[in-house]
Amino acid sequence: MRLWPFVASTLITGVLVVALDTSFKPLPALGPFFDPQTGFWQNAEAGDMSYTMDLRFQELAGPVKVCLDDKLIPHIFAQNDRDAYFAQGYVQARFRLWQMDLQTRYAAGRLSELVGRYSGGHDLLNVVDRSFRRLGMVYAAEQAVKGMEADPATKAELDAYTEGVNAYIATLTQATLPLEYKLLDYQPEQWTNLKTALLLKYMSFNLAGGEEDFPMTNARNFFSPSDFNLLYPGTQDSIDPIVPVGTQLYGKNDTPGIKLKIPAHLDSGYLMTKFGPLAAAGQPGVWQGAAAAIPDPDNGSNNWAVSGAKTRSGWPILCNDPHLGLNLPSVWYEMQIQTPDMNVYGVALPGAPGIIIGFNDSCAFGFTNAERDVRDYYQVEFKDYTRKEYKFNGDWLPTTFRIEDIKVKGEPDFYDTVAYTVWGPVMYEPAYPDPLRSGGFYAVRWTAHDVSNELLAFNQLDHAHNYNDYLAAIRNLQTPGQNCVFASRDGDIAIWDQGSFPAKWKRQGDFVMPGTDSAFAWQGMVPQAENPHMINPARGFVSSANQVPVDPKAYPYYLGRHYPPYRGMEINRRLAAMSDITPADMMALQVDNYDLFAEMARPIFLKYIDTASMEPDERSYYDQVRDWDLRNDPKEKAPSVFHTWWDMLKSNIVSDELSQSPLPLPEVYDGSLLEALLRDSSYKFVDDIHTPQTETLRQEVNLAWKKIYPTLEQDDTNNTLTWATFKDTHVDHLMRIPALGDLHLPIGGGTYSINAARSDHGPSWRMVVELGAPIKAFGIYPGGQSGNPGSRYYDDLVQDWAHGLYDTLWVMQPGDAKDPRVQWTMNFSKP
Amino acid sequence: MRFVISLLLIVILSLAAGIWLPFWSVALVAFAVSALIPQAPGLSLICGFLAVFLTWAGLAFFLDHANHHLLGNRISQLFFKAESPLLLVALTGFVGGVIGGLSALSGSFVHKPAAKRQAEL
Repeated sequence: MRLWPFVASTLITGVLVVALDTSFKPLPALGPFFDPQTGFWQNAEAGDMSYTMDLRFQELAGPVKVCLDDKLIPHIFAQNDRDAYFAQGYVQARFRLWQMDLQTRYAAGRLSELVGRYSGGHDLLNVVDRSFRRLGMVYAAEQAVKGMEADPATKAELDAYTEGVNAYIATLTQATLPLEYKLLDYQPEQWTNLKTALLLKYMSFNLAGGEEDFPMTNARNFFSPSDFNLLYPGTQDSIDPIVPVGTQLYGKNDTPGIKLKIPAHLDSGYLMTKFGPLAAAGQPGVWQGAAAAIPDPDNGSNNWAVSGAKTRSGWPILCNDPHLGLNLPSVWYEMQIQTPDMNVYGVALPGAPGIIIGFNDSCAFGFTNAERDVRDYYQVEFKDYTRKEYKFNGDWLPTTFRIEDIKVKGEPDFYDTVAYTVWGPVMYEPAYPDPLRSGGFYAVRWTAHDVSNELLAFNQLDHAHNYNDYLAAIRNLQTPGQNCVFASRDGDIAIWDQGSFPAKWKRQGDFVMPGTDSAFAWQGMVPQAENPHMINPARGFVSSANQVPVDPKAYPYYLGRHYPPYRGMEINRRLAAMSDITPADMMALQVDNYDLFAEMARPIFLKYIDTASMEPDERSYYDQVRDWDLRNDPKEKAPSVFHTWWDMLKSNIVSDELSQSPLPLPEVYDGSLLEALLRDSSYKFVDDIHTPQTETLRQEVNLAWKKIYPTLEQDDTNNTLTWATFKDTHVDHLMRIPALGDLHLPIGGGTYSINAARSDHGPSWRMVVELGAPIKAFGIYPGGQSGNPGSRYYDDLVQDWAHGLYDTLWVMQPGDAKDPRVQWTMNFSKP
Repeated sequence: MRFVISLLLIVILSLAAGIWLPFWSVALVAFAVSALIPQAPGLSLICGFLAVFLTWAGLAFFLDHANHHLLGNRISQLFFKAESPLLLVALTGFVGGVIGGLSALSGSFVHKPAAKRQAEL
């Protein structure tokens, strides 16, 4: 033996192996990653890969057949519901496990456990994990488990689903692990009912977690009452509510079920007087603790149902397109479940049993977000720094503490001790400052913390036969509140603005409220029967698009202010004018790019712009806006010019005032500003406060044009001015890894179009169902059935979605097993 | 002849070991083969590198081809900011090859040099 060369080369080999076994962020450990027998190459599915297999599980009562069609959509045939949910869990895990696992760990505030405290320059521990923990996401999920497991049927459903997921996890080897586990170098964990609850709470956060209490409080403190009302009006001039203005809502003596007691001295004590330490707000800083705790305010949707009187076939048609963040793997998973008790088709949430949006043999159902404010903050007064007692109705009440153990990769655990009060968790305190950095203690009251069983709502909808079944089902839907649209083969159409909505007095919860006595507490939930609704209206359709549910003047409870009006108005205008409707007409309406906001705003530009001083090139851009057909079509340049112009005008008008405050202020809604300008061209904020003279709207319109024109020309030279390119809609991978996303999609539409496709947000599932015999249904979503980036089913639906195409949804029958669309079959049985 | 036999042995044994063991099993295989079948250190290094390079790159090439380069395109974007599955296949082979080559070199030092052995005979 040659000792020294041996030692040297062995040492070098050893060091190399250890180095290749170590992850240097952001790269994974290269050895295991590249090993073609267990690394990422194993996720490269062969084009002719077969998914057919025989599986045996003790948990099953009978055989289950899962037929996978040519889009990898599973059609589950089971002898009973429990077996079906087991198979659903197995199949969803088989194709979407990593996504299910990540979303629930994210909602549970466990990102730093996976990737470490910092990632991409972000302080995940403080900005994401502590934010979710302190908001009480895990607490809320635990409450949900209580609510769900209290119902035997829901518990059985959940248990079966969880068993199915775990049955798949048990089959995993290093080679068959989903790609992202290999990239990020961690392992899946056992599924639990709590993880399903976390997913549902994550949806609640997305859809019912919106609030602007701190920025609004700052605005109230910062502006004079009249300025405040000009910038942030509580209502809009033009509304077209879900229940039309003038509709008789309830019998004369039926409402209100809750007679609200307005707190004494409201005007001086809450609405317009600065109270508490918020007035002495702290310094601006880099702290962004609150950033992650606010969901995308544009999470919205469209849905409508037209009665048989308006359709060519004479059957009702139901349509729904929920607008959510666009991601791969998609938030939705398409499937059919058939048992002796149900035959339901639609989209499920990977991580939860049942179908969420879809149809069965008798009826169809869909949702848009209710947009109510169900998350309020109360300022808490502790007796001393121990936080053990807090003041409430003149007494000192004991606090309970919840210790959040946050694991951090490569570091010791972080323990966050959160005080819980009668309101809920004290989310902000000096050690975790509020967005205004006031140094106060603020507890969050959120309906998502209340015990509830939303899963039962979907379970009962999946089994529903008629309107009464639907109504009974949606009564279980507490948070997130949704506009639940319904149509049945009986010919009924209906919509309910359903949820657990606090009965509020005007402006209650718009600002941070005092928490030392119960005067400012919610005085109860709006009785379910008083939730806005409409059944078989004479106009022949029901619809919703996140607009205000009912005329605020005719409703006894305060509804809040966050209601985008334009999509709803356009949908109603179009539906009212339509007759002899076919499913194709409805698909065309869902992907319609008409921009009602532009229709209302463009006249301001046309009225005040000075075209005489324009260069010929400049003039051509202006002419495009003037001659624009108001459609945000992908190849048009006019939408880019118009929207840039509007954004600049808005910025010129309000940013001089808004930038005066170093602390966060709420966004001024486009609609609020537009209505103000239409009402009064000498709107106060048009003036630029930084100049001695008083600007006019004419000057501002022209100034905005002169500012945007050079950038437009630049974009045009770079070929980025056509609307689709300019807006640049993309479907990102959940971990924001560009190589795993689908970028630069050729799709039009936008915030104010029915086709609400923005850059990273939009129609996440488009569905049109005609409730005839047989039912005809069409749908598509921006994704693919497989969550594996190495599968041809990862994103195969994205391009068709972008082009506004639909797939025919195939409700398979047990006898169709020989149909050529069935590509593979998974046979589940008892051993 | 030794070279070819060693090479084939490393290919076959590292594929077999990979069924049960992690990526570093190729190091054990290359070391053992090289220790059992004496070759000059330089030849051992080339033999170990080539054997594992061919094993890993070959398998990756086969998987990439069957996958119509779907994943190869995406992962190569991640590493090279360009769609080049072939380069990714080559990198795969190289990572394996370096492990194989170095451990084979190490294994070759278990023996005395051929000249010395001859002299002792």
